[in-house]
Amino acid sequence: MNKSKKWYDYLWIFSAIYLVLGFFNILFAWLGMICFITPLMIAIIKGNKAYCNKYCGRGQLFSLLGGRFGLSRKKDMPKWMRSPYFRYGFLIFFLTMFGIMIWNTYLVFVGADLKQVVTLFWAFKLPWHWAYHGTLFAPWVAQFAFGFYSVMLTSTLIGFITMILFKPRSWCVYCPMGTMTQMVCKIKSHNKEN
Amino acid sequence: MKKAFVNKKYCVACGCCLTTCKMGAITIPRGVYAVIDDVKCIGCGMCAKKCPASAITIKETATDE
Repeated sequence: MNKSKKWYDYLWIFSAIYLVLGFFNILFAWLGMICFITPLMIAIIKGNKAYCNKYCGRGQLFSLLGGRFGLSRKKDMPKWMRSPYFRYGFLIFFLTMFGIMIWNTYLVFVGADLKQVVTLFWAFKLPWHWAYHGTLFAPWVAQFAFGFYSVMLTSTLIGFITMILFKPRSWCVYCPMGTMTQMVCKIKSHNKEN
Repeated sequence: MKKAFVNKKYCVACGCCLTTCKMGAITIPRGVYAVIDDVKCIGCGMCAKKCPASAITIKETATDE
């Protein structure tokens, strides 16, 4: 078995850099769209989960920190957390919060004030003005960046907590992108069989 | 003989098992769930240990040999 590393085994570096960039200039948050669009496009066009299986930098980061760095207890997740109910429930919750974030972006688009905060765990507002230096773009572009970075940082932290408590890649079990791409793949696979 | 079994209801097709299997016995066809190749699987249990969804179990199989 060939165990040599492939180029995509280093994508965790980008995931780590992404989180750091958000502390310097919030507009870098837009790069996170890659993690949303790529897996969905692969699932829709190719009908597989190659993104999760090979390219997901966050998954690699968690398996590195939880595995080689030993930050994970490596215990089973509780059964309810692994159940389809929880997974689909979390997806619905996540998409709802995402919708609210888009709505806030819209409000700034139509004239509301830009809020220079990063909201952790959908509740705690942290001042984040030091990562905003004005922009050539319209204010809503920055509002989306603040909102999107909040989503990315929150989900990384939740993933990090479950990495410590359970297995390194516990996040993958309830990752909304993973659930969505598996849904797309299930539908595509079902259509092919009939 | 010991073999790995995938619980389709819990498998999230993340691929943790793919990279950990030294025998190359696991595939995730069409991104739906992991499939174990019984011929290649040696029942070592590495995949079951890694699986974050705890969807893989190692079971004793009845063999004809």
